[in-house]
Amino acid sequence: MEDLYREIILDHYENPRNYGELPDADISYEDDNPLCGDRIRMDLKVQDGRIVDVRFSGKGCAISQASASMLTERIKGATVEEARRLTREDILEMLGIPLGPARIKCALLSLKVLKAGLYGLPKIDWDELG
Amino acid sequence: MKSVGLRTELNVERIRADFPILHQAIHGKPLVFLDSAASSQKPIPVIEAMNEYYRTTHANVHRGVYQLSEQATALYEEARRKIAAFIGAASPKEIIFTRNTTEAINLVAYAWARPFLREGDEILLTEMEHHSNLVPWFLVAQEKGLRIRYIPITDEGRLRLDLLDTLITERTRLVAVTMMSNVLGTINPLRPIIEKAHAVGAMVLIDGAQGVPHIPVNVQELGGDFLAFSGHKMCGPTGIGVLWGRRELLEAMPPFLGGGDMIRRVTLEGAEWNELPYKFEAGTPAIAEAIGLGVAVDYLSRIGLEAIHHHEQMLVTYAMERLSEFPGIRIVGPPPAERGGVVAFVMDRVHPHDIATILDREGICIRAGHHCAMPLHERLGLTATARASFYLYNTIEEVDRLIEGLEIVRKTFHRAG
Ligand SMILES: Cc1ncc(COP(=O)(O)O)c(C=O)c1O
Repeated sequence: MEDLYREIILDHYENPRNYGELPDADISYEDDNPLCGDRIRMDLKVQDGRIVDVRFSGKGCAISQASASMLTERIKGATVEEARRLTREDILEMLGIPLGPARIKCALLSLKVLKAGLYGLPKIDWDELG
Repeated sequence: MKSVGLRTELNVERIRADFPILHQAIHGKPLVFLDSAASSQKPIPVIEAMNEYYRTTHANVHRGVYQLSEQATALYEEARRKIAAFIGAASPKEIIFTRNTTEAINLVAYAWARPFLREGDEILLTEMEHHSNLVPWFLVAQEKGLRIRYIPITDEGRLRLDLLDTLITERTRLVAVTMMSNVLGTINPLRPIIEKAHAVGAMVLIDGAQGVPHIPVNVQELGGDFLAFSGHKMCGPTGIGVLWGRRELLEAMPPFLGGGDMIRRVTLEGAEWNELPYKFEAGTPAIAEAIGLGVAVDYLSRIGLEAIHHHEQMLVTYAMERLSEFPGIRIVGPPPAERGGVVAFVMDRVHPHDIATILDREGICIRAGHHCAMPLHERLGLTATARASFYLYNTIEEVDRLIEGLEIVRKTFHRAG
């Protein structure tokens, strides 16, 4: 079990970083994975092309919540361009756990939310995440 | 405080020998398969019958004048007769092969509700239905201006039968209800529903996807009008399901799909429908699968549905006893005496998907999610549950393995500090 539910995953699940909402967000986006009921919202504050603040909120499994929490740490202070360039591989590397096809969407939901928000798209498909 | 006599009438060891798939390791642990409500495993006789059919007898049915085709047709029709006998149908003509429960319900929605119901007519469903007994009705209701109403459930997961008299009115044309909930496990009392529906001239469709594989059914004694079920949940193959309907109703209905086999005669001006059941079986059917389902029905009948049901109730009683002692676990649904072999639950601070993933690493297959019953989960105030379901091949030891697995889940998530 250690491989999947590593300490760092559980820690982010139980003590999510940057959790909450930004009332004065420049970008807000929310999406869910109806299959498991995971739901994630991201609020971003952007200044001069840089993400100066970020919050996420939502409910779901340990993988989806830890992934969102870690992603907020990763993009805080990054430029919008840098954040847009994140790929599924970046997320999987960041989590550092082996994920089967059934759980990969849990891991990628936060990236899906982030990218749709950053590109201002109404919706983004799983296979368009990059 | 073990209130259960852990007795079974089944020779489970012998039954397990018939299911090759059960004898393997997953992630290095002996497989414990607790997801038969989603799809059951298949015994050797079913696998062999389909194999044998393809090796020796396959040809298209109902068309060839040569021996092979006649033999294939005979096997296909024999399967239909077996299934008719299995559910106590008055005639094999009332057995329509479909792909699954979903297609069977859609057949009724499109070939009965759509032509026969009028704007303002009401369809009564329940809060515990599977999406396949909801969405087909949404589609016709939208097109025809029908009103859909629901029999609510109690917090324990029972149907509010006390409300039937206000819910069933002269406007009610159809009541569509599941025999057994795939989440709560509740076995619904169908008789009072059928009686009240028939009293106002409404038809009753029974979703037998969870019921028919596990509980003895006799449609003539039960008295409903349509019954839908899937082969793959009752030891048969995927790709084959059944719609049973009362003959007069089926006779009066127009076809569902058009094509070969479902017509008696085609001219350029039109077509004359074939007789039952072929009117509803357009195109080349799932021949091997029908034959496989016939053998599955033989297999289940030989063991006995009553004994299977008792075995599952023994397992679910034991499982619920163990789960209710487990810290932080909450079971949804009624007490064991009112259910089949299904138990869904949630655990404090752990998402059902994480439970299922950790159990998978222990070789234990359970299902996590909304189990295609989102409105029910909404009613329960949950987005997802974890569900273990049992069949004739499951054992007490497997329930113990489940509990041990849940112990690992708890330790993983509820670490000190
Ligand atoms: C109660 C109920 N109805 C309908 C279905 C749909 O069955 P199928 O997917 O075989 O059409 C299921 C399957 O999960 C079910 O549990």
